[in-house]
Amino acid sequence: MTMNSVAKKQNNSSILMRIVKNQCFIPLAALFILIIFNLVADPTFFQILLEKNSAGNNVLNGPLITILDNGSELAILAIGMTLVTAASGGQDISVGAAVAIAGSVILRVISGGETYPETLHSPVIVAFLVCVVVAMLFGAFNGILVAFFKIQPMIATLILYTAGRSIAAWINNNELPVINEPSFAYYGTYIPGIPIPTPFFIMVICVVIIALLLKFTNLRLYTEAVGINESSSRLNGLNPAFIKVMSFVILGVCVAVVGLIKVSRFSTINYSVIAKDIEMDAILAVALGGNALSGGKFNMVASIIGAYVIQFLITTLYRFNVQSDALPAYKAVVIIILVVISAPSVKEWFSGLTKKLMKKEVA
Amino acid sequence: MNDNVVLKMRNIHKSFPGVRALQAVDFTLRKGEIHALMGENGAGKSTLIKVLTGVYTKDEGNIFLDGKEKAVAIHSPQDAQNLGISTVYQEITLCPNLSVAENMFIGRTKGIGQNWRKMNADTEKILKSLEIPAKATQQLETCSIAVQQMIAIARAVDMDCKVLILDEPTSSLDEQEVEKLFTLMRNLRAKGVGIIFVTHFLDQVYEVCDRITVMRDGQLVGEYEIKDLPRVQLVSKMLGKELDDMSDIKGEQQAYEREEGAVPVLEAKGLVSDAGIKPFDFHIDKGEVNGFTGLLGSGRSECVRAIFGADRILGGKVKMKGKDVKISKPLDAMKNGIAYLPEDRKVDGIVGDLSVRDNIILAQQVLRGFFRPFSKAEANKIADEYIKLLSIKTASADTPIKSLSGGNQQKVIVARWLFTHPEYLILDEPTRGIDVGTKVDIQKLVLKLASEGMSVTFISSEMDEMLRTCSRLVVMRDRKMVGQLSGDDLNQNKVMSTIAGGENDDE
Repeated sequence: MTMNSVAKKQNNSSILMRIVKNQCFIPLAALFILIIFNLVADPTFFQILLEKNSAGNNVLNGPLITILDNGSELAILAIGMTLVTAASGGQDISVGAAVAIAGSVILRVISGGETYPETLHSPVIVAFLVCVVVAMLFGAFNGILVAFFKIQPMIATLILYTAGRSIAAWINNNELPVINEPSFAYYGTYIPGIPIPTPFFIMVICVVIIALLLKFTNLRLYTEAVGINESSSRLNGLNPAFIKVMSFVILGVCVAVVGLIKVSRFSTINYSVIAKDIEMDAILAVALGGNALSGGKFNMVASIIGAYVIQFLITTLYRFNVQSDALPAYKAVVIIILVVISAPSVKEWFSGLTKKLMKKEVA
Repeated sequence: MNDNVVLKMRNIHKSFPGVRALQAVDFTLRKGEIHALMGENGAGKSTLIKVLTGVYTKDEGNIFLDGKEKAVAIHSPQDAQNLGISTVYQEITLCPNLSVAENMFIGRTKGIGQNWRKMNADTEKILKSLEIPAKATQQLETCSIAVQQMIAIARAVDMDCKVLILDEPTSSLDEQEVEKLFTLMRNLRAKGVGIIFVTHFLDQVYEVCDRITVMRDGQLVGEYEIKDLPRVQLVSKMLGKELDDMSDIKGEQQAYEREEGAVPVLEAKGLVSDAGIKPFDFHIDKGEVNGFTGLLGSGRSECVRAIFGADRILGGKVKMKGKDVKISKPLDAMKNGIAYLPEDRKVDGIVGDLSVRDNIILAQQVLRGFFRPFSKAEANKIADEYIKLLSIKTASADTPIKSLSGGNQQKVIVARWLFTHPEYLILDEPTRGIDVGTKVDIQKLVLKLASEGMSVTFISSEMDEMLRTCSRLVVMRDRKMVGQLSGDDLNQNKVMSTIAGGENDDE
């Protein structure tokens, strides 16, 4: 072996190392394995058909579209959850309940208190803005408990987790308003003439906004600094409490967006079922993205990929006719494997192993 | 005469990787005495205590108890406990949500049965005999910190302890509480308990102790009767400077001459924070280097933290260049051109996981505001510039700061504050725990900055360093500002006698 080829080989291996060490590697690898599995087991998984849906529109249909559709909700929540995790070193478990509240607020404003309204009582955008404000307030409530009263995030958000769905029901006097106006369904299903589900576009808008925020403001630096060392951040002039509250408020906006998608999709609401356990999937997306759940540095892209991986997994399990009540158990097994692989200690062990192998190979 | 000795430690050695923490240390404690263990940072006090209580295993040496010939083996805190060696720490280690009696007896009862009535009665008896103002059935957290501490002591004593170690018990107490604690200590002394008292407060040592053992740099300096060791002598032994050693390090600094009518860069009047310092006055002129000196825990850091707004400000007025300013949080201070390098680099200084680059730009970035981040190119340029200027040794600007050596981490923090272009730079122990080369670099930098017109406050535990760089020293003792020295007074003898205070106050 000439010197040149040795150098080349080392260069190759270091590129490999860089890829393996990248935070997006684990979620992408998981996605890849899921794709391979489906290809082998049932290639029709990847079939996409153009069909007429109940509204009479030509729309794309197939498992991949389902993933794109439902995964987008999760991805939007993962954005907010990543920030909360980074700043506070804890997670918000009230997200699902907060989505119920957000959805309920939208229906209340639109229905004007009627159960079967003939027309929309106010434009959807107004209802949505009211809902954003309400969701931000609930986010601020969680954030204040965490930042000023120093309550553990999981305990602080347990309050809203418990009470949220009752509050949601109370907002509409326990009625279940049904909106028949077709245009209201655009946000959660399809816009006529566009065969791709709208939630995907909403997700893209959210991602672009957060990308711009991360690029053109100090959101990343401030959040990471507070998450890593609160005391030092304070002595550098930051206000750690404010930054934590801000992260919860941003999550609140994400919740409002998902609330709109959810009620628009069903044209109504079921307080005890809507967005059930979605907070756990959002937290998992963050963990799967290789972000430390104890806060600090974060990788937004990895979290978003993580969200789609989880939806991919759920859809795959449904395809194999796993009973819906058995689904969580299957999901748990797969998730344990994924999370263990992306744990820092396992990663270190793994990179040590590859290094050893590389050395042998070079020798 | 040996039967009076309760504890004898002989020739104790203990090393950690790269540090010889204890070298041939002897320590003797007699029955019914209060024995102060004194020393500055890194003297080896806490290592000695931890060897005695079984937290660390000694490398060499013997420990004898009760004047017995046979050395005892202490391998764990449990061993120490069983041999009658108890420790009460500054932080309360009891359970706040249990009652006083439960705390007294927790972990000491055998079997499952518990005679609550007897336990409460026993507790009442002990509390009464030691004059501790608490009830047996009272929940512990409803007692004051001082009383909780006393209960911890009572528990230790009741467990048949012969050697009681009090590790800085008075740090979080006010004056009356300290007085109560001393009464308790005197009570126990009368009962024949040997007490080792670790504290940083000189006044307390002279008020309550019988003997003093002084340590420095892991070695025994000596054991003294309190009446044979005047305060000045004690300070000089702790700092390792001979009182008559007039090798006076002449300052390299230009003798600072105040211009007539010059307005100070910063002037504080009656400033006081919630960190337990007495209100103080302070001023600094343009291009002046001054320092705060005093023993550990004397309130040096608390003063500068108050100036920077790092602790909660309770009162006082601050003027910058003659104008009234309100500094209630660090950002206010930063906006007024004050920079502060904190004492504890790991806890308050570095943001460990962030890169060297982000650590350098952090403070200035906060000043610029949320919506005006430096571009990646700008940030890199700034980082490279300061890495070069301060010769920071790092693989790249992208390296996380936590993987740098202590000295280089400190340089990054210095870079961070220099980049904010402050008018007044506060350096709190910038040279602690870093290599000699970096120390000299930092001292030189301070003098250079001052010559360029920056005002600098420089705090260091090493007096040489202070004398070399500062043209004025503010002396602190027991959280009070007790003097200001400049010009001819700026020599070791004068500084030490001012630090010591007490009988030398009249001089």
